[in-house]
Amino acid sequence: MTVFEWVRFLAGAALLLSGLAIFLIEMIGVFRFKYVLNRMHAAAMGDTLGIGLCFLGLIVMWGFCFTSLKLFLVIAFLWFSSPVSSHLIARLEVTTNEDQKKHFDIEALDEKLPESGGKEEL
Amino acid sequence: MSKKVPKEQYEKTFSYKFKRWLDGTKDPFLGTVEMKPQEEFREDQDALERRKRDRKRNEERVYDLERNAELRVFQKVYNIFGVLFCVFLVVMLLTAVSWLPTYGEADKPVNNEVSARYIENGLQETGAVNIVTGMILDYRAFDTLGESHVLFVATCTVLILLRLDRKEDQERFDANDRLHEPKNDVILQTVAKILVPPIMIFGIYIILAGHLGPGGGFSGGAVIGAGLILYLNAFGFVRMERFFTAKTYRRLSFCALACYSLAKSYSFYTGANHIESIIPLGTPGAILSSGLILILNICVGIVVAGTMYTFYVMFRKGGY
Repeated sequence: MTVFEWVRFLAGAALLLSGLAIFLIEMIGVFRFKYVLNRMHAAAMGDTLGIGLCFLGLIVMWGFCFTSLKLFLVIAFLWFSSPVSSHLIARLEVTTNEDQKKHFDIEALDEKLPESGGKEEL
Repeated sequence: MSKKVPKEQYEKTFSYKFKRWLDGTKDPFLGTVEMKPQEEFREDQDALERRKRDRKRNEERVYDLERNAELRVFQKVYNIFGVLFCVFLVVMLLTAVSWLPTYGEADKPVNNEVSARYIENGLQETGAVNIVTGMILDYRAFDTLGESHVLFVATCTVLILLRLDRKEDQERFDANDRLHEPKNDVILQTVAKILVPPIMIFGIYIILAGHLGPGGGFSGGAVIGAGLILYLNAFGFVRMERFFTAKTYRRLSFCALACYSLAKSYSFYTGANHIESIIPLGTPGAILSSGLILILNICVGIVVAGTMYTFYVMFRKGGY
């Protein structure tokens, strides 16, 4: 029984530590990158993978109970919302950046996405 | 019976002039005061060159670190003193923290008869399992009443500052908004369809369970307001205004504040006159318990949710 407890603790700690490492990488990226899209890439990594690993580690350490269900719901919520907010920031940047040629190509965007800034749906 | 006055005569009357002055259709200074259009600012060539030369000299003499020894010394001293000041602050604050009384010690000034009264009799007197809610909405409800009204006054102020009143301004702003905002984003709409109902239900749960556990009107109202903002961002103003307009907000927050004030006036009245309140406290732990606290939580929640949403709309568009 104690072996199982130890394995569980070590697995949880490993997950937690790797999540923290990803947060560290995110922080470095956010402060070192200069352009919003690069920066957003770094930030989104922490919001999805970092927090997922951290909470997974907590769930493993805690065992399965009501609290871990709540943590799981938090992970699900963040995995829904964080990529969408990144997507919106990227789209706003593409729409409003006046100096696009300097930073990125938008060839692929014009073919695949419907025209942005059109009429509002009634 | 009033007599019909011909138009020329009517235009000479004081009331007509006053009305035009009030409307702003007639400028009383126009034509009576000499007005000169402002000249465009034009700097002559000499002054321009002199200014540029001075600026360059300033930059060379004052801000050039290699030549200005004084500045160099000053910067070093500045850095050293900055570090010293930070160290001093850290040491001082940490020393102050170490002198604080130990957590939970019995004979410290925090543990006086007030908190003992709250902890011992809170459940009996307010009927709320969550003592914090019992405190802010029963013992200290006067304070919370003021806070709700402060929120309402803040909304009114934001409304005065940010509201775009004239129609053409509104139209111009709409056009501008359309230019800069990605609309009808499929990804956002899909996610909003999934996420908005749980967010709303969670907010309502927080409000309704405020007297049973952590939660209450302020936090629940903030969650509901965030849900409304998400819905607005996903589906646009037209869909939103089917069920939530400025009129809805005005009515809801008026009703909530009036309800809050009336309920609290009743309990202040009974409390001040030592009359037994007729509102039953119920069994602690049940959802319909703790007297007025549930109603007050709902009122505060409505006000907070509407206020959050209105702030967002005001800052983004300047009116609904």
